[in-house]
Amino acid sequence: MDAKDILGLPKNSFPPQEKKSRPPKESQRKPDGISREVYALTGGLAPLMPAVDSSQLKRRPPPDEKVAWQWLGFTSSARKDNLHLYHWVSSSVRVVNGVPPTGDYSFAKYNKSVDITRYTDEEYEKYLTDPRWTKEETDQLFDLCEQFDLRFIVIADRFPSSRTLEELKDRYYSVSRALLIARNPSSVDIAAHPLLKEPYNISRDVERKRAMSLVLSQTRQQEQRDEEVLAEAKRIAQSRIPAKVSQESEMAVAPNAGVEVTERTIPGETVSPPPSNAQHPLIPVPPPLSTENASTLASLRILRVYLRTYALEQMLQAASSTAGLRTIKRVEQTLQDLGVNLKPRVPTKAVCAEHLELRKEILTLLNLQKQLQYKEAEGLPFREGSFTETPGTPKDRTFVPDSSFGGNELCTCNLIYLLLGILSTFY
Amino acid sequence: MSQPLPLKRQGEHHPDDGASPIKPSRLKIALSSEDFDKKNANKRLKDVEICVPIVYGTTAFYLGRKASESQSHKWTVYVRGASNEDLGAVIKRVVFQLHPSFNNPTRVVESPPFELSECGWGEFEIAITLHFHSDVCDKQLDLYHHLKLYPEEESGPQSTKKPVVVESYDEIVFPDPSEGFLARVQNHPAVVVPRLPAGLNLPSPVPIETGNGKERGDTKDHPLSQWFLNFSEADELLKLAAARQQVQAHIVKLRRQLSLVEGMPQLSKPPSTYES
Repeated sequence: MDAKDILGLPKNSFPPQEKKSRPPKESQRKPDGISREVYALTGGLAPLMPAVDSSQLKRRPPPDEKVAWQWLGFTSSARKDNLHLYHWVSSSVRVVNGVPPTGDYSFAKYNKSVDITRYTDEEYEKYLTDPRWTKEETDQLFDLCEQFDLRFIVIADRFPSSRTLEELKDRYYSVSRALLIARNPSSVDIAAHPLLKEPYNISRDVERKRAMSLVLSQTRQQEQRDEEVLAEAKRIAQSRIPAKVSQESEMAVAPNAGVEVTERTIPGETVSPPPSNAQHPLIPVPPPLSTENASTLASLRILRVYLRTYALEQMLQAASSTAGLRTIKRVEQTLQDLGVNLKPRVPTKAVCAEHLELRKEILTLLNLQKQLQYKEAEGLPFREGSFTETPGTPKDRTFVPDSSFGGNELCTCNLIYLLLGILSTFY
Repeated sequence: MSQPLPLKRQGEHHPDDGASPIKPSRLKIALSSEDFDKKNANKRLKDVEICVPIVYGTTAFYLGRKASESQSHKWTVYVRGASNEDLGAVIKRVVFQLHPSFNNPTRVVESPPFELSECGWGEFEIAITLHFHSDVCDKQLDLYHHLKLYPEEESGPQSTKKPVVVESYDEIVFPDPSEGFLARVQNHPAVVVPRLPAGLNLPSPVPIETGNGKERGDTKDHPLSQWFLNFSEADELLKLAAARQQVQAHIVKLRRQLSLVEGMPQLSKPPSTYES
């Protein structure tokens, strides 16, 4: 205001304009009905955007300094040949006398390499000879290792004679290990050296890679089957734990020992360690149903008295623990479509048994439907996917009771076979 | 539900290891001084499953003119044999746990028929605990039932003549009963005993006292028996069998289709670079 006085600017014109612009905004935004102070208590209106003057943005950065560039020579400590190169250096780097003060090429510090211990010829004669390797080959190997920083894939590629990667690794590591031991015969410190603590095991490495490639090349079906078996095994193991725990608290162990033994033998077949699962073709799993029934029965027997409905629930849980929630819902939907109560109204022993069997059969049915969908999706080539119907959502393939039962599925399948027939004429 | 277990050796007069859950000291006493029968009475049978079918539930009558705010319905909760036979041979007493707003919410019924009547206005869950005779089982069994007073369809004023009945069928299963229990109930109408393994020698059961007419344990002529629901195993079995047949037929069809599709892939795959 004083400045304006000094400048002699009219006081009245600007202030009223500014003030007018601000209050109208505030009164417009402040809601009627509550006072300004109360509204302010609620936090009022947040500013929609921080007040940044756009003219400010254009002006920055202030162009005070002008950056000059100089064409200067440099050397790199990473190079051994004293090659003298030139590059542009900006003046913001404080050049003095045309020579930049920073000594080394800034990227030279990244030139790291692996320490390869080299052997002398006598050491070779003494410790490192091997019937499968000539000295020449070993020398070549070590040269390549040094050159390529132990990048064995590259080394294996460039190795003159044909040796597998694992053989090269094995030779290199056993030589290094022998050298290490030879040079430090009595030292205990080196026992902690990784070469000695975790020696390279060529057979294990070969096996590991073979297993990996097997897993990679597994078909989808194989994967599914593996998952099923593992889930089955987990469930059996888990159902055995409560049975075991309650048995330990009971004194009568002998009558249950027979059941336990049968349980242990059957899971023994199915619970094989994952690597062997990958390596061997999948062992046909003995029907797991008898196992889970036996284990459920064992845990029920411990109760001494139980209700039939409770027993049915336990059996159902055991049977459907491998199935996901979606599958369970589909089974229940199918039961409803068939007109069967989800929980039997008259749960006698016979009825419960039938009910369980029915549920198992429905599970089988749903699995078959899924398999069929997959097969049909696989069998048809990708491009031609548009010709056929996309494999229906589960809703398409549930039961339609009685009269129209199976009619829908037949039509769909017939259509697909027709199309397959047509396609086959193209090839 | 087969039980693949070795048949327990019958006819042995000393208990096997762990065959009996009873502490060894009691057994020794039994050996030395007790009768032959009593020794065997405690032996448990692994492959015999005794089953007692029961029905439990509630029947509720609207009191109509006599209804008050706090007592609008008269209801009865009970546990009966599924064929209305006397359960007293198996069950010693039943404890009904009512809503805490009732006086003495824990009601014990010491003799059959195991039922309890009360008046009230609210619906709640009743906990029914079955206690068995000592030779049957030391553990109790819990049931739960929701008392229903109001009918499903709200069709105008409630009738005082027709009650709201909710019953559930279930079966009490004793997986390895003692011989004594088995002997006692082998011919009892309320108990389902499977075919006994050959060679099992059971003493003949004590004939059931017909009672003096005053205290009947069975519910055949019970005042509420006209409202009891009918639970027919045959119906359900029929429905299940039909359903299974349908499913099996469908499975066969799918298996055929699956084998057809599996035989066809070479026709449909084009010789393109998409092949891995």
